[in-house]
This record gives sequence, structure tokens and C-alpha cells, in this order.
Amino acid sequence: MSAISELSSITRRKGKATAAEKKANGRDNKAAYIFLLPWLVGLVAITIGPMIMSLYLSFTDYNLLQPPEWVGLENFTRMLSDARLHNSLGVTFTYVFVGVPLQLAVALLIALVLDKGLRGLPFYRSVFYLPSLLGGSVAVAILWKQIFGTTGLVNQVLAMFGIQGPGWISDPSTALGSIILLHVWTFGAPMIIFLAGLRQIPHMYYEAARVDGATTLQQFWRITLPMLSPIIFFNLVLQIIGSFQSFTQAFIVSGGNGGPSDSTMFFTLYLYQKGFGQFDMGYASAMAWVLLVIIGVFTAINFIASKYWVFYDD
Amino acid sequence: MTTKLETLPTPDKKSGGAGKPTNHRKPRESRGTLAFSRAQRGKSLMKHGILILAGGLMIYPLLWMVVSSLRPNELIFREPGLWLNSLEMSNYTSGWSALTHPFGHYMINSAIVVIGSILGNLISCSMAAYAFARLQFTAKKLLFGIMLLTIMLPFHVVIVPQYILFSQIGWVNTFWPLIVPKLLATEAFFVFLMVQFIRGIPRELDEAARIDGAGHPRIFLQVILPLMVPALATTTIFTFIWTWNDFFGALIYLTDPDMFTVPVALRAFVDSQSATSWGSLFAMSIVSLLPVFLVFLFGQRFLIKGIATTGIK
Repeated sequence: MSAISELSSITRRKGKATAAEKKANGRDNKAAYIFLLPWLVGLVAITIGPMIMSLYLSFTDYNLLQPPEWVGLENFTRMLSDARLHNSLGVTFTYVFVGVPLQLAVALLIALVLDKGLRGLPFYRSVFYLPSLLGGSVAVAILWKQIFGTTGLVNQVLAMFGIQGPGWISDPSTALGSIILLHVWTFGAPMIIFLAGLRQIPHMYYEAARVDGATTLQQFWRITLPMLSPIIFFNLVLQIIGSFQSFTQAFIVSGGNGGPSDSTMFFTLYLYQKGFGQFDMGYASAMAWVLLVIIGVFTAINFIASKYWVFYDD
Repeated sequence: MTTKLETLPTPDKKSGGAGKPTNHRKPRESRGTLAFSRAQRGKSLMKHGILILAGGLMIYPLLWMVVSSLRPNELIFREPGLWLNSLEMSNYTSGWSALTHPFGHYMINSAIVVIGSILGNLISCSMAAYAFARLQFTAKKLLFGIMLLTIMLPFHVVIVPQYILFSQIGWVNTFWPLIVPKLLATEAFFVFLMVQFIRGIPRELDEAARIDGAGHPRIFLQVILPLMVPALATTTIFTFIWTWNDFFGALIYLTDPDMFTVPVALRAFVDSQSATSWGSLFAMSIVSLLPVFLVFLFGQRFLIKGIATTGIK
């Protein structure tokens, strides 16, 4: 069970199972809370405490030196007229809603080709998986900066065909595209999840479909996709949440300023500049809460929409 | 990418053994026998062709970076191929000493943070996982739900107050802000991974130990922990890679070059470099990726299992 299906199952069967479990097993509160102690301390001191604190700070003006000063909704009203912030939202949405579907489509496609006892499968799988381990590193972002530079690898290859390519990352119209491509390049992790999911589809479904004369395309639409939908959903939720928080690649490729002309100014990058560049901690906290709400809303939409397209076999 | 989308015979593999359904579960063995028709061989060849092409495209940039780091600087902007005329090690020697400290200094800093994080995650996450998987206690459902939610919580919501907290304790420019949260099981993903694993261990083993008079600490240490070594290995490997690559945390907490970990050192390098030092920048990038690559090479089995089992319903 994935974290996501566990979460939805918790909400589905409230109370019922707990009564039965209570009867079967005595409670070990003391032992349990001792085992949980590090996690509980972390939850309070590192997660929930700071969350409440940052909610408070989002209603203040705070620069780390003077004590926070209550300003009510000012940070949020400032956001309404902050054009750079609106732009950063646009950049982030483009990145998430172009990058994630593209990445998952490639992951699924390659997983489908790799499925079913292909010779050399472990080798191919490794080759496709490796970039997703390295993709988050500063080193690969540096590589990307060179590859898509004016005299980078891409333009060197294009020059062999007599094409003069633009400076991909110095041109505002292509810079974000280069970073999206870096995201697509790291499709290996969702691919592994798809591969494992494909393997769980009972084979008799395909055999039955074939007996009934279904074409391979029909089999894909009627068997593979529905059976795989919980896993597509899982990947979608995780990738969307993760991509909204993307930071390193845009930071390194743009040299930390989100340029050219703010075309790679991700929301997180702007938040970093506000908080840790200008020490406008109140505004940064307010931005962080906006990010949390945005991610929460899209995750909720995802869960609600999943009722219409995700198919659970059990 | 679009051309590949069109040419890929996506659902074709479903008809791999169309004529012989009984063979279908083991296509590997049918290979090379008469049952493996010419059409199928063609299809399989095409599939391999596509995969080799796609895979080549995927790792070409990495291979090119390795080759370029072994070339004289000016060739990086002129030579898209992978052919090496001579081995130029000067990029590595100049890159190694390009910053305030030799690059090894930053690797040691990274290693300290990585080791601390691994120990922290192993201890704190396995303890929490044991409680969630095996013990009954008040508010278990609620706490478990909260734990799952924290996996998805964006880091940014807590970073400002965390920074304030750690700077008030005087921990800025120390490794503590990067290690202490791991000692407190804040990487809940691993708690969840271990809960999944412990649930798969037969409860009879706990019961037997309990009848022999073992309490929870002994059951945990002597029964469960030895049996969950694969989950601990997965945790170790993922923690290694994520911590080694972690840029945001180090960027915020480590501003003193003495304390730089590898990612922030590389960032300082890329900011300071002139157009002529791409070779040494590439060389140090390779050096920084090498540990991750080695872990990938030897720990692949655990990585793939870890992703697959936590990703599956």
C-alpha cells in the first residue's frame, strides 16, 4: 500500500477496525510513546511548532533583527500587487503542468516497452533510472547550464547540421523549457513504479481479451490503463507536490537570480530571495503558506478527480 | 521526443506470444526456439533499437561531461563527440584546488553530514516504525495519519521558523541543523517504508519472543531489527543520495566556506568561474557525482525495491 492509498483508507474505515483491534491487543501506551519519542519531539519542534510560528509570522513584518511587528493582512495584500510574484506563479505552474505530464508519459511509455521479460531489462532499467538519482544535484544543473548554453553541446550538435541554435538558457523564451527538459530527463523513478505496477496486472485479463478478439490498442485502453490507474494517480500526486517545490535546478542554471528576465523565477526561488536575500521573513512566511495552500488545493482536486478515473480492483 | 512517441509500438508487446498463450509467461525461454517467429524477432529487434537509442540519448550528456573533463578547456565548446585524443588530467588538479580549501575538504564535510543523517534516520525512523507497526496505543490512527501527511508537507512552510530557531541556538554554520532533524525522524518517508516492511514480518516471531519473556526493547532489537535489514539498507542508500545532493538546506545554513558541503562548494565554484574554467568545473562535478554513482552501482537492488514497494498500492 502506498502512503496515498493508506491515507484514503484511514478516512474510509473510521472506528470500525479500531474496536476489533482494541479487543485483540492490549494497549502498550508507555512502550509505544517511548518508541515514538524522537518522532514526537521532531513533530512538535521541527514541524508543527514552526508551522504555527510561520503562520503567525505571515501576519507580521520581521527582518530577524527587530522583533516581529503585527501588520495584519498586509503581506497578503502586498502579494496581490506584486507582479514578480504573479510571474513566479506562472513560471511554477508552467513547470508543473507541462513537466509532470510529460515526464509521466515518457516514464509510462518506456515502462511499457521494458515490460515482459525483455532481454537485457536490468541493464536498460539502470540506464533509464540513473538520471533520476543524479538529476537533483548541483553537478547536473551545472552540466545543463553548459549543454544549453550559447556554445553548449546542443548548439554544437545543431551546428553539425548547419543550424545556428539560440542561447537556450540565456533566451527568456526557451530558458524554462530547458529546465522542464531536465525534469523530464529524470523519469526513471516513476518508470520503476510503473514497471512494478505493470507486473501486478493478472495475465489472464489479456488472454481473455485476446480470445474475444480485442486488438492490442483496445487491450491497452481497457486493461492496462484502468489497472494501472492507481499507480498513475500515485505518481501524479507525488510528482505534482514535488515539482511545486523544485528549486536547485532553476537556482543553479540561472545563477541564483531566476533570469533571464525572471523567466525561470520559480515561486520557491522568489521565496528564497525574499526570505534569505532581503530578510523579509514575514513576506516569505506568507508566501510559504500560499504555496502550502496551492499544493493542498491541487492535491485535493487530484483526490476528488481520482474518484472518476482511478479504478481499484479490490 | 515526439518522433519516438509516434514510432513506439506501445501496446504491441501485449501480443508478444499471440499464437502461444501458454508460452507467454516465460518469453525468455521461448527465445531462440522455433516458436519464436520471424515477425516477433523483428519486433524485438525494433524494441531493442528504440531502447538503445533512447538510453543512449539519456546518458549521452553524462558521458560527454566525463569525456570533456578529460579534454583541454577550449574543446568543450567545439567538440560534441566522445572521442578522446589524449588524457588531460589538469582539469582535475586545478579544480581540486580552485576554491579556498582543497575539494576534499568539502567532501569530508558532506561525509560528516551524510553519516550523521544516516545514523539519525536509521535509529529514529525504525523506532517510530516499530511503534506504528506493532504496538497499540492511544491516538494511533491520528498520529499515523499525521505522519503520512508530513511526507507531503512542503519544506518551505517550516524553513523560516526553523532557521530562526537554529540561528537563536547558534547553530548557523554548524552541521547540526542538517543532522538533528534526521535524529528526530522528520523524514517520515522512511518511517512509512519501515512500517510497510515490519508489517510483512510474521507476528508469530514477536509472540514467541514475548512468551520467552522478552519486552518490547528486546523484541525490537533482537527480532525485528535483524529481520528488517533490507529496509534499513534502502533507507541508508536513499539517505546517502538525498543528503549528498541536498542543496537548499546547506545553502541556508552553511555560509562559511569552512563549512561548505559539496553542493554549495560547487555553487561557489560556478559563480566564481570565468569562461575558461569549464573543464575544472566539470571535473569537480564528476568528482561530486562519483559517490552517488558508486552507491547506485552497488545498491541498485535496494533502490529499485524501495521505490517499487512504497509506490505500489
